[in-house]
Amino acid sequence: MINEGIRATFDQELKELSDQVMAMGITVMEMIKKSMNAFNKSDEKLAQEVIKLDDRVDKYNQDIETKCVQLLATQQPMAKDLRIIASTMRIISDIERMGDYMVDVTKFARRLMGKPKLASAGDVPKMAELVEKMLQETLDAISKKDLELITKVVEDDENVDAALRNMFDTAMLEIEKRPLSAREAIYQLFMARYLERVADHITNVCERVYYMETGELKELHV
Amino acid sequence: MIIEKPKIKVENLDLYYGSFQALKKVTISIEEKKITSIIGPSGCGKSTLLRVFNRMNDLVEGIRIEGLVEIDGENIYAKDTNMVALRKKVGMVFQRPNPFPLSIYDNVIYGPRVHGERNRKKLDEIVEKSLRAVLLFDELKDKLDRSALSLSLESQQRLCISRLLAVQPDVILLDEPCSALDPMATLKIEELLQVLKNDYTILIVTHNMQQAARASDNTFYMLLGEMIEYGPTEQVFTNPKDKRTEDYITGRFG
Repeated sequence: MINEGIRATFDQELKELSDQVMAMGITVMEMIKKSMNAFNKSDEKLAQEVIKLDDRVDKYNQDIETKCVQLLATQQPMAKDLRIIASTMRIISDIERMGDYMVDVTKFARRLMGKPKLASAGDVPKMAELVEKMLQETLDAISKKDLELITKVVEDDENVDAALRNMFDTAMLEIEKRPLSAREAIYQLFMARYLERVADHITNVCERVYYMETGELKELHV
Repeated sequence: MIIEKPKIKVENLDLYYGSFQALKKVTISIEEKKITSIIGPSGCGKSTLLRVFNRMNDLVEGIRIEGLVEIDGENIYAKDTNMVALRKKVGMVFQRPNPFPLSIYDNVIYGPRVHGERNRKKLDEIVEKSLRAVLLFDELKDKLDRSALSLSLESQQRLCISRLLAVQPDVILLDEPCSALDPMATLKIEELLQVLKNDYTILIVTHNMQQAARASDNTFYMLLGEMIEYGPTEQVFTNPKDKRTEDYITGRFG
């Protein structure tokens, strides 16, 4: 007696909503990649592109939120449908923040352009790679409704936190040893700090995905 | 769902219309002074269940009931059950307002009169109290001799509720009480129920999912005569435990 077609229009709209969230997340992944390329190659043009991509993320944020409100008003969603829409509204604001942080990361990358690289410069892209992978896996988990993957991503956040702590120590040593490169060390540390914030927002998204699937709202972060 | 001091307790209730089993091993406790909604697709047995509580089903030929139904700890299907007292205690409101073709006043006092009240002053008091409870008194106090049929549908439904309150029930059963009303009137009746639940235990059968979500404290989902899920309304509508409930309340069940 289950009739899949009864809410075909609404189901289609929910699917489009989910596709848009994916596209928004992929845009932030692109920002991470481009930002690190800009940093590695001191490429000003790439840095500009990252900042432009943030406009696209903001646009997704507005469009998706508008769509969510429309669906709430017109479809009176219940149960999982309701959880999907309510969670989506939270998820997009987390992704939007990730975009903002990537702009911050990129701005510091620009300040470092044309300056001699520190020995620890490679730590930043390495951390970015971890963060990008977390985001990629979160998007995969959303599309596959994979709660195990969600748990794994949240655990990975530990590695990002550890990386930040290491980079902090490294920066302190660097500053003590070569006070003249303090500025570069601090800029680099800021980049790491913002990347770590991106990872935190990724774990927020994971918690919403968990809620969407189980109806259980809980802190996955230990 | 565990309810400490249930107003109504049903255990392993089977109900047959001839050879057709309309209710299957229904077990449910109804919380006192709360609104409980019963939802489910047409033919799932929700109205049948509602009619169990004032034994309206007894009027159907070939009906057979097994299991326990208690109100305030008393088996209402016991041999010595006083049916008049039961129907006084458990009042019912129907889909379409059904005022008698009498004056507003006579509608309200119909029950008390049948139960033997003759004192005019007492009856006046009952009319005022009952109409006040459904928020109609101020509007109608100078028109009590007008025909009840001249009222709007919403006011007629309110009048039917006040007619029932006049005999001082404990439990109010409502079978799709708003299906003949427009959306504003529906919301007003729902507001009225929120006031009434301070004094009465209310059960409402509804097809309107938003109504169950808005107006009830607990929700009971039935399918093919069986209880599928019973829980606090906010839980049932945000995170139902049973896939069948999910399919029904999200409109994916046809």
